[in-house]
Amino acid sequence: MTAMTGAVESGLIYAIVALGVYLSFRILDFPDLTVDGSFVTGAAVAATLIVNGDDPFMATCLALFVGFAAGCMTGLLHTAGKINPLLSGILMMIALYSINLRIMGRSNVPLLNQKTVFTTIQEWGTTCGLDSAAAKTWGILLSMTLLALLFKWFTDWFLQTEIGLAIRATGDNPRMIRSLSANTNLLIVFGLGLSNAMVAFSGALVAQYGGFADVGMGIGMIIIGLASVIIGEAVFGTKTIARATLAVIGGAIMYRIVVSLALRVQFLETGDVKLITACIVILALVVPQMARQQKEKKRKEEKRRNRAQVMAVAATGKGEADVAVKKDL
Amino acid sequence: MLQLKRIYKVFHEGTPDEKIALQNIHLTLRKGDFVTVIGSNGAGKSTLMNVISGVLFPDEGTIWIDGQDVTMMPEYIRSRYIGRVFQDPMAGTAPNMTIEENLAMAYTRNQKRTLRRGVTKKRRDEFRELLSTLHLGLENRLQAKVGLLSGGERQALSLLMATFTEPAILLLDEHTAALDPARAELITNLTKEIVERYRLTTLMITHHMQQAIDLGNRLIMMDKGQIILEVDENEKKRLTVEKLLAEFQRIRGEQLVSDRAVLS
Repeated sequence: MTAMTGAVESGLIYAIVALGVYLSFRILDFPDLTVDGSFVTGAAVAATLIVNGDDPFMATCLALFVGFAAGCMTGLLHTAGKINPLLSGILMMIALYSINLRIMGRSNVPLLNQKTVFTTIQEWGTTCGLDSAAAKTWGILLSMTLLALLFKWFTDWFLQTEIGLAIRATGDNPRMIRSLSANTNLLIVFGLGLSNAMVAFSGALVAQYGGFADVGMGIGMIIIGLASVIIGEAVFGTKTIARATLAVIGGAIMYRIVVSLALRVQFLETGDVKLITACIVILALVVPQMARQQKEKKRKEEKRRNRAQVMAVAATGKGEADVAVKKDL
Repeated sequence: MLQLKRIYKVFHEGTPDEKIALQNIHLTLRKGDFVTVIGSNGAGKSTLMNVISGVLFPDEGTIWIDGQDVTMMPEYIRSRYIGRVFQDPMAGTAPNMTIEENLAMAYTRNQKRTLRRGVTKKRRDEFRELLSTLHLGLENRLQAKVGLLSGGERQALSLLMATFTEPAILLLDEHTAALDPARAELITNLTKEIVERYRLTTLMITHHMQQAIDLGNRLIMMDKGQIILEVDENEKKRLTVEKLLAEFQRIRGEQLVSDRAVLS
């Protein structure tokens, strides 16, 4: 049970990463690998500020802005520097690795016994009369649900605004939206900024949730985000934007549950998480394709069988007709 | 309204592939002019469109729209004044967005896009009214994704999106060429109707000589990057395909094989 609530809690926190990845991958159609770096940047900024004794809420919000700047840089590399999207993201990711080390001053910043967003929420819970453990679980669960829904609501709202529509069109048909006087370069920069702001914000929360910021904590984050998006879309559908963003949050939670279930298997170790993630994404990408092929094959076979039947009937019919004709003669 | 002066454009300059796409182009469109452009493949028609719309910049020469020098103005700013419909029906609309969302993006083309809602109730009513002028029943499918529409429907929507904000210039780049004859006729009629309704200053490329003669009040013929023939309003009324071909042969002294094929 505790493992499940843990999975749901972290699912809700990582849902914000997934929403960011949804913005870049799906809305802008830009495979942005900056995420691996900007996630840590958010964690590093928040952890460093918290250790310095700053307010954890302010520290978390600052991570949002730093992430925004990182995303904008990737956008500028692509638009102003005319570098291929994948490469711009990888370049920024590598650059951020060093920047993150600089921010933290070392490769790991522990947050034990520090005042974080979560300890503050827990304190509120106990003042409301809950015992410490319940305050922690329910406080985190409730506040993270609200936060994830807040980001979902923001994304839904933003993508319906005039600027949001233009960003969606930039991913859908850039030539068309340029002919409708939109500066696609600016929109890409802004969209990537927004995406990475969410990712960094989530990184800041993860650091406080896990009790440390580590320079390696972002490895594979893009794949985790993508896994959440793909699982969510496959299970919940993408009919409207509101539906798709809800799917992404659901996908993030499901991903965490699957991983925590997988880790219960005897011979799997904690270090295998990334391998499991890769396998989940591969399965999520390959299985629907195979299912579609199988379905198509079945359909064709059915068609062929039907035609064979029709031909057979026609042949016998003809035979009888011949008989009739002969009789007439 | 639109004025081009001494426009030159060369591709791959200084290499063996060098190609002069536009050569000393002078063209003036008065307000309300509807000019059709014909010419064989590689004559420079599309390059002309791209230079006017800002996709390409000319090597030499000046372009004015409404008296404003726009020669070096980037495409996304210039397209406030220029409506465009492309040959590919898929090019003018965003397939994964709804009809009303597509219209909302066209609605905001000549204003600053803000964080206001793109599709408001008031705008939706307006869109419904606009769509009903197409007589395709699209006004009842505002929330349908554009990717679900047929090529003809998408092109009609593109045409509407390019024009309802009444841009200073309308550029049509063979916008009926990729459609079947019935759809092409529908779009041609809609074009006529819409251009007349808004009195748009229009430049239309076409491969179809009869269409070039039927539509608009002026006609120009291009070949090898030059305007080789200009037909004014009075002459155009008496123009026939035969006369046009004869004229071309007189100027170029060669058989116009590809365009004959189009006519048959």
